[in-house]
Amino acid sequence: MSVLAPRRSTLPGFGLTMGLTLTWLSLIVLIPLAGLFVRSTDLSLAQFWDIVTSRRTLSALKISFGLSFAAACVNLVMGTIVVWALVRYRFPGRRLFDAIVDVPFALPTAVAGVALTALFAQKGWLGAPLAAMGIKVAFTPLGIFIAMIFIGIPFVVRTVQPVLIDLDPEIEEAAASLGASRWHIVTKVILPSLTPALLTGFALAFARAVGEYGSVIFIAGNLPNVSEIAPLLIVIRLSEFRYADATAIAVVMLVVAFVIIFAVNRLQRWAQSQAST
Amino acid sequence: MTIEARGVVKSFGAFKALDGVDLKVANGELLALLGPSGSGKTTLLRIIAGLEWPDAGEILFDGENALDRGARERHVGFVFQHYALFRHMNVFENVAFGLRVQPRRIRKTEAQIRARVKELLDLVQLDWLADRYPSQLSGGQRQRIALARALAIEPRILLLDEPFGALDAKVRKELRQWLRTLHHSINVTSIFVTHDQEEALEVAHRVVVMDKGRIEQVGSPSDVYDSPATAFVHGFIGESIMLPVEVTGGAVHLNGRPLDIAVEGGAAGASTLFVRRHDMLIGPADSGTLHGAVTHVRSFGPVQRAEIALTEGSTIEIDAPRDRELRIGDRVGLKPRHYRIFAGG
Repeated sequence: MSVLAPRRSTLPGFGLTMGLTLTWLSLIVLIPLAGLFVRSTDLSLAQFWDIVTSRRTLSALKISFGLSFAAACVNLVMGTIVVWALVRYRFPGRRLFDAIVDVPFALPTAVAGVALTALFAQKGWLGAPLAAMGIKVAFTPLGIFIAMIFIGIPFVVRTVQPVLIDLDPEIEEAAASLGASRWHIVTKVILPSLTPALLTGFALAFARAVGEYGSVIFIAGNLPNVSEIAPLLIVIRLSEFRYADATAIAVVMLVVAFVIIFAVNRLQRWAQSQAST
Repeated sequence: MTIEARGVVKSFGAFKALDGVDLKVANGELLALLGPSGSGKTTLLRIIAGLEWPDAGEILFDGENALDRGARERHVGFVFQHYALFRHMNVFENVAFGLRVQPRRIRKTEAQIRARVKELLDLVQLDWLADRYPSQLSGGQRQRIALARALAIEPRILLLDEPFGALDAKVRKELRQWLRTLHHSINVTSIFVTHDQEEALEVAHRVVVMDKGRIEQVGSPSDVYDSPATAFVHGFIGESIMLPVEVTGGAVHLNGRPLDIAVEGGAAGASTLFVRRHDMLIGPADSGTLHGAVTHVRSFGPVQRAEIALTEGSTIEIDAPRDRELRIGDRVGLKPRHYRIFAGG
């Protein structure tokens, strides 16, 4: 430990907390993940390659990551607008709306899935008018997309909210007195100050959507190659006792997810260093 | 540019921040708004800047109504107490901000912007910090960058809200002189808000003393110090001894005993006698018109400060020359050299 920590630190407890952190992370995260990798080594490289490049797997991965990314983008934009309204304006029912934002956190995902499916089914409240316009939501990728937006929105709102609250109104006044238009104030002053939080919210919403299972499978229709998400494919393979196939897909998901989140993390670090070195 | 406020009123809910303020600021003047917190000085400054709107009254710039223009169109340089620098921009970009957001048709070229920023950073003597971020600067440096940023747009008026409020005593003193010199070289009509009387008296050409949303007195530093117009100004500026007295039959009474001082225009009734600490002359026990015993003596600087318990009951603090020896328990006689009597207890 003396190698890692300064001999006499003003913040004691480095050894203890570091030890606990490593043990805990190993038990909870690293060992199960390692198990996953070990399991996938049951397959030869060629077999592994065949499984992950099969049409069904690729489609499922594309649907999961592509729609998650799109949903996170929508949440980034809409979540920012929601945060803005909740933080900056006083209107009747503000507290209620503020509380509603957390509902996707708390609601069992299966309940959310059933509710969304009922709503967007062809005879549903929203599904019927949309069907009249020729738009089919339930049992299509569009349904998956909507479920992913639903579960992701609180992540953006809750990460950006405290940062926007803390943003000093004097900053905007200073910009205005320097002659900046409203547009310039938003794009050159407010958004850059929020960037690190926005990136965090985006990464969380994205990660949640990739891992989402419960709400999506009800509304997706689960047609192979069309509206089948990767987590569902894993479950299907498990129920067929094709464990190696399941782990192979899981490993790919894990690696892709890790790379993306790591990249966003780096981006966020960079943005933070720009904001407050 | 001249600034004029006419009958400005502003309330925040039940709190009356400004209660009918009239003020004229001459072109090129350096004016201080001085008052305790809650006196409305910052509100007045923000209304002049267009960051706040009065409930009633007018603001005129060179005789033209300023109220139909927002902060953005007023061309006013505003320096905030806590600097309000853009944290995600380095010093250079902070100073350049006002130039970069100008409408395209009058915006300067990149080379012109660079030259102007360089010039301003030279002016505030911080050109070597151009690449730093605000969080890497000291308080005094941030304040100077905030000033450079405000000056970038060549403001017609410069407004500073407690410019040195958040700095430590030594830096404040340095920046005071620096601000006076700077104002002399740029010669823009400037108003700064402060609750520090020393700052106001030392830097400003004229001082506006405010209390409870009203202007108590406007005058040169020596005016407000030597001839305070109201009891509030006398009590707020400089250190004063205040004694509750009664004016009856052309004489001043303290606790029923007449004092050997002239009424000097004080109205009959309950009043307050104001004497500067150094204007209370100290003599032997049988001299003077007030009498008491020394209870405490502290010596520092050019004077010694003595606490004296008057036989009439109150305890006062006076400044006496150091060559006069004072010991605890000494009985002394006192007589005010200069004093003012204001009506009211």
